[in-house]
Amino acid sequence: MSRLILCVILFANAAFLHAASTVEVHEFNDPAMEARYYGLIDELRCPKCQNTNLAGSDAPIARDLRATVYRLLVEEQQTDTQIRDYLVARYGDFVLYDPPFNAGTAALWLLPLLALLIGFWRIWGFTSKQSAVELTAEERSRLAAIASQDRR
Amino acid sequence: MSVELGHFAIILAFVLALAMALLGLGSRNRLLAGSALVLPFLVVGQFVFSALAFGLLMLAFAEDNFSVRYVAQHSNSLLPTAYKLSATWGGHEGSFLLWVLIMAGWMLAVSLRSAHLPQQFRHNVIGVMALMNVGFLAFLIFTSNPFARNVPFVPTDGADLNPLLQDFGLIIHPPMLYTGYVGFSVAFAFAIAALISGRLDTAWARWSRPWTNTAWAFLTVGIALGSWWAYYELGWGGWWFWDPVENASFMPWLAGTALVHSLAATEKRGVFKSWTLLLAIVAFSLSLLGAFIVRSGVLTSVHAFAVDPERGVFILTFLLLVVGGSFTLYGVRAWQLKSRSVFTWFSRDSFILQNNIIFVVALAVVLLGTLLPLGYEGVTGDKLSVGKPYFNLFFVPLMLLLSALLVMAPLLNWKRTDAQRLRERLRWPLLIAGVVGVAASITLLDGFNVPRIAAVIAVVLAAGITASHVFDLGRKLRQGHRPSLGYAGMFVAHLGFAMSVTGVALTVELSSEKDLAMSPGTEVEQYGRTIRFVSVEEAQGPNYVAQVGHFVVHEDGRDIALQPEKRRYAAGGNLMTEAAIDAGFFRDIYISLGEPIEAGGWAVRVHIKPFVRWIWFGAVIMALGGGLAILDRRYQRVRIRSSVPAGMAGAA
Amino acid sequence: MNRMSFFVPLAIFIVIISVGFVGFRLGDRDVLPSPLIGKPFPGFSAPRLEREDVLVDQSVLTGRPLLVNVWATWCPTCKAEHAFLETLKQREGLEIVGIVYKDDPAAAQRWLDLYGDPYSFNLQDRDGRLGVELGVYGAPESFLLDAAGNIVYKRVGDVNERVWAEELAPRLQQMQSTHREAAGS
Repeated sequence: MSRLILCVILFANAAFLHAASTVEVHEFNDPAMEARYYGLIDELRCPKCQNTNLAGSDAPIARDLRATVYRLLVEEQQTDTQIRDYLVARYGDFVLYDPPFNAGTAALWLLPLLALLIGFWRIWGFTSKQSAVELTAEERSRLAAIASQDRR
Repeated sequence: MSVELGHFAIILAFVLALAMALLGLGSRNRLLAGSALVLPFLVVGQFVFSALAFGLLMLAFAEDNFSVRYVAQHSNSLLPTAYKLSATWGGHEGSFLLWVLIMAGWMLAVSLRSAHLPQQFRHNVIGVMALMNVGFLAFLIFTSNPFARNVPFVPTDGADLNPLLQDFGLIIHPPMLYTGYVGFSVAFAFAIAALISGRLDTAWARWSRPWTNTAWAFLTVGIALGSWWAYYELGWGGWWFWDPVENASFMPWLAGTALVHSLAATEKRGVFKSWTLLLAIVAFSLSLLGAFIVRSGVLTSVHAFAVDPERGVFILTFLLLVVGGSFTLYGVRAWQLKSRSVFTWFSRDSFILQNNIIFVVALAVVLLGTLLPLGYEGVTGDKLSVGKPYFNLFFVPLMLLLSALLVMAPLLNWKRTDAQRLRERLRWPLLIAGVVGVAASITLLDGFNVPRIAAVIAVVLAAGITASHVFDLGRKLRQGHRPSLGYAGMFVAHLGFAMSVTGVALTVELSSEKDLAMSPGTEVEQYGRTIRFVSVEEAQGPNYVAQVGHFVVHEDGRDIALQPEKRRYAAGGNLMTEAAIDAGFFRDIYISLGEPIEAGGWAVRVHIKPFVRWIWFGAVIMALGGGLAILDRRYQRVRIRSSVPAGMAGAA
Repeated sequence: MNRMSFFVPLAIFIVIISVGFVGFRLGDRDVLPSPLIGKPFPGFSAPRLEREDVLVDQSVLTGRPLLVNVWATWCPTCKAEHAFLETLKQREGLEIVGIVYKDDPAAAQRWLDLYGDPYSFNLQDRDGRLGVELGVYGAPESFLLDAAGNIVYKRVGDVNERVWAEELAPRLQQMQSTHREAAGS
């Protein structure tokens, strides 16, 4: 369903579109460089089409930004962080699929951790009444009886 | 004429739903009590009228009746008949009519199969579900009428169905997904009826369990279908994107999975009563939230088709009333539920709770990742994206933890498990997992690469899950137990999960993609295979013209012919890429045709996707497990059976 | 457990639903806020449309407030806004500099001959690199610059009467008053 919406967005902007799928051919001499390129265009967001990364978008701006990533990476030998910062300086945090940690976004990481802690703390609450779980001798023999009955 | 009849039918269904809500929920009132006996007839009537409306809308599509605005917007005379019919739910109005029809279907099923429930309770359940359908039908009639006419100008032809939807996967995806979404309304109605009536024992848990399993199974298949469709139809080999619309369907699934497990504990052991009740409310609330996200377009873009503030505000208000009301009722009543339970860390109770914690934390992650950007923008005015890196940061460790628990899950007893016995039973599974681990490490590990290490751990745990389940089944059979269908369902679903985990881990880590510049008549060596580009030919489809690329991939001594296409659809002029996929159990070869480049060449994208099918196969197997569990004799009987808890019996 | 703790789900839900209502009050969901506001116009070196052999840089944009308009002949909204740019120049005396974005210079020249030329001059950005420097992701986009060459405001989409009255005019007025104060002191 998701891409459906996306593509309707794209089709609505037909003026910005030339085709429904873009394959470009970039030359890489170094497989590590190539992996970094694909990694970057996978985790950077296309600013025009609201719900897709640079790799999956057909908008011309996505093509330009892929070319920009390629240029910064291969020709200017920049690091991944430099490339991300370059794009953030021009398009804002929106282009990062990994949002920066700040006061406004802290909840993204802290709330799930808090939920996890509370959850396990609750289980600990259940289990810490340990003594109640220990069976009395009588219960043990009864259980053994049930078990042996069951086995037959 | 038939169009007006359809419109009239949804209005009648609305009136019936209103009557049922009144009678069902007011059945304690003396005046209404007698009339509540007609409820089953009203349920049938509502279903008949919803089905009639749906059938008539379908007829309008079959007849190319472009005087109906919805038909004109989503169909075209050139469209193949099968797609004309499926276009009925290809847009907003029709898909909501489908939603209403499915809701009416669930109500019919509940009405037919609830003879054993106390009358008052049964009436309340129908009343709650009817109240939901009042909301849905009102939404349909007042904001999204599929039968609205194009007056005074009737277009000569329709705008066409979005080419992406002209596809088998998208014909069956929405009905599956909606059946799952709406199916959680049954557990929700049981929970609310329990809260209203004060019948806060565990009976509601047993009654609602088969319904919840069914809904969960449909939702599982629905999500898998959506993922599969995205994979083969969108032409870039992705199968999950953490998109708000995907998340909207994933959130009820996460809550529903937690619910399926905690219902088991509540039914069998009477523990976590208030928690299970809460999960039942949450699962359906998230279905509604999902509908809001998808249908209001608030998280997507103004250019999306469904964006309409009026619709969004309607759903939001509905959510506020339904969910707000339910949680208020919960707050007022649920404290009366006391389950005194004590258990050790290594017990089935504890593991079900840990499962629930993991799923709820996963749910919190998806919910925050989906909605926080909206809140952030509201407060700071800045825009934010939350995507794969964030979600993976949580999902990878959470799912590994879940898998680790699942290795031990079948070996545990309720309350406590003897440590010595657990060690004995874990010996063989751990040994097998260890062997797999060594093999996987040798073949897959490359230096200190965290995602790769995580993938190896996932594969090892999946092997451990499979082994521990198989050994447990073997031991049960050796001891002369005939495992129940409930056990079989659990067994199958867990193996399905292990399969999906393996698929995800291996696909993510081992997939390779390459963009190549190729000319017809040339060949390249790539990934140990020879890819020959034979030619590009033009072909005429029913409603499009295609450029068909002919490729032959030479792999392990055999030739595989693949024909990716680029299509131009006649009605809208839309360009579409149809990837060609050679599907295999262990790997997919995936080729999509890009654009022509200089000197007669073409840009070609080649993917090799190892184990990608396992993701969807695993999901289907999980759903099958859910289906098996429903068939358990326990739910076929009317009388309540008292028995030695299953775990105790297995403890021998 | 505390009885009030059973209201925690309701509290969480209220937070979530308020986010939903907030979502509806947000403006155009397609407009990205630009991080370049308050920063100097990025450095560049681009040929003029009128004289290809002349390369100019960012210094041509300083000295007076002006509007930099990114446009192209393939962009339908640019066509729609064109007449209003003409009005802005005639009626308000605002200087407008064009950036011909990812377009053929000959086509751009024909367009100006046909529909009129509200621009003092045009820069060419054939490969869209200047566009990337400016954070452009579609056309038309417009940047209001102060005399020092700092970007004061960015508009994504067409510049129209409403944008002039609500966004551009007040900012220009403020620039003039601060300029006068500076001159008067």
